[in-house]
Amino acid sequence: MSSTRANDAPKETGEAAKPAVPDPGLKLRSTNLNFFYSSFQALHGISLDVNTHRVTAFIGPSGCGKSTFLRTLNRMNETIKGSRVEGEILLDNENILGMEVSHLRRRVGMVFQRPNPFPKSIFDNIAYGPRINGMGRRGEMAERVERSLRRAALWDEVKDKLHKSAFDLSGGQQQRLCIARALAVDPEVLLLDEPCSALDPIATAKIEELLFHLKDNCTVVIVTHNMQQAARIADYTGFFLMGKLMEFDTAEVIFKNPKVKATEDYITGRFG
Amino acid sequence: MKLSFRRKAVNAVMLALTGVCTVLAVGMLFFILGYLFVEGGFSLNWNFFTKLPVPVGEVGGGMANAVIGSAKVLLLATCLGVPVGFLAGIYLAEYAGGAFANTIRFVTDLLNGVPSIVIGIFVYTVLVAKEGFSTYSGGVALGIMMIPIALRSTEEFLKTVPVPLREGAMALGATKSRTIATVVVPAAIRGLISGMMLNLARVSGETAPLLFTAFGNQFWSPGWKQPTATLPVMIFNYAIAPYPDWHRQAYAAGFVLLTFVLMINIAARSIVASGFAHKTR
Repeated sequence: MSSTRANDAPKETGEAAKPAVPDPGLKLRSTNLNFFYSSFQALHGISLDVNTHRVTAFIGPSGCGKSTFLRTLNRMNETIKGSRVEGEILLDNENILGMEVSHLRRRVGMVFQRPNPFPKSIFDNIAYGPRINGMGRRGEMAERVERSLRRAALWDEVKDKLHKSAFDLSGGQQQRLCIARALAVDPEVLLLDEPCSALDPIATAKIEELLFHLKDNCTVVIVTHNMQQAARIADYTGFFLMGKLMEFDTAEVIFKNPKVKATEDYITGRFG
Repeated sequence: MKLSFRRKAVNAVMLALTGVCTVLAVGMLFFILGYLFVEGGFSLNWNFFTKLPVPVGEVGGGMANAVIGSAKVLLLATCLGVPVGFLAGIYLAEYAGGAFANTIRFVTDLLNGVPSIVIGIFVYTVLVAKEGFSTYSGGVALGIMMIPIALRSTEEFLKTVPVPLREGAMALGATKSRTIATVVVPAAIRGLISGMMLNLARVSGETAPLLFTAFGNQFWSPGWKQPTATLPVMIFNYAIAPYPDWHRQAYAAGFVLLTFVLMINIAARSIVASGFAHKTR
């Protein structure tokens, strides 16, 4: 990561500074994004770039808007009544706000805070996405399920009980199942909303390890409360505060040499 | 710290009071059950299910026509009440919002509170007055009675499906209707089925609406357009008649009806109790 290049996105975003980072290829670009829950503005002019095949982490205290921002990236927030988005989010240079929403969500997958397996068998959980998206012929579904479970490092643990209930798995296994389920539709981007907050340290370590490998064929965006986690796995990190993106840079800069005072205060534990 | 005598005394009295009331409530049920079991059990024999009623003076006979008649009426009621209530319940739980949803809820609860005899008279006015007493008008009357509970129980069970489960499906690209059909309803299916069964059990004892619609019949009632005997109406007619033999028949019918309701309740409970794991193993 030697060459740096100034970002050419608009900069009228208050304190939010655009990072000057090496760019392995732009995947997502948010420009001047505002988000409202009815009259409450939850996001203020968020502009940032998410790079292909990198892990981008968002940190910040509770209620700072990091999850809200994550959920605008696949338009999950639309289901909330009275919500409203302003601005632009480009996925491969196409505005997601104008896309067919189910098509967008096929390309931008999501894993939630708590494991949410469907009340179906392990196999059917994984096959759900490909089935509703009409992906893959019947014959190759088993292969697709196996591939997804392998990518989520769960195959060896479940290969003998694919047709048992997903509820029989432990919490950590269920969360990896949810990751496998999201991977089964071959998403280009995987959004993770505090995926380890309900898990013990061992399960957390497994998921972190997994995310590290995932970025080889997928762009990963993760929201986390855990700064050590962000420091361990992220290539880029954004710090959110009160609905604003205070700082966005490589994880190394954010954690070792933050340029914004609030970021430094947060990561050194002075608040939040 | 030791409790004061007063607090101990109040505690003992209240505990005793709740216990006595529980015994009273449960005792009432067991008294009715036991009484019917003894009286009805002795009066019941195989003829009840195979023979037609016999004229006054003759001893014996059965209520085969009423058993079949009740089955037909309840089948029709289920075919009408369950789909209408279920689909409307989906609309209410998943799509309707705000004032409109509240209006639906209010009207449904109102319909649920309408005395069953009024529904009987309504169906009488709309169908029976023109076409005469019939099996299908009885089914329509009971079907209307099933709608509000089918609707509200569907709504309640769908609402118990956690939001993260819906989001999980939508995050994979499922549309809302697809999510409802493939994740929400399957997740709630055991509750939905048991709710419908209890609903059926509830209307299976309804008498008043049937007096105005299915009416009654001492003979077989082929097809759907003739009046038919049903168990509740048979109980009503036989219980108020002055013949001891008819009273025994009425007890037998009550026993059969009660057993039916009991079996539905047990089945509904076991459906709820059998977890998903059970289904996939």
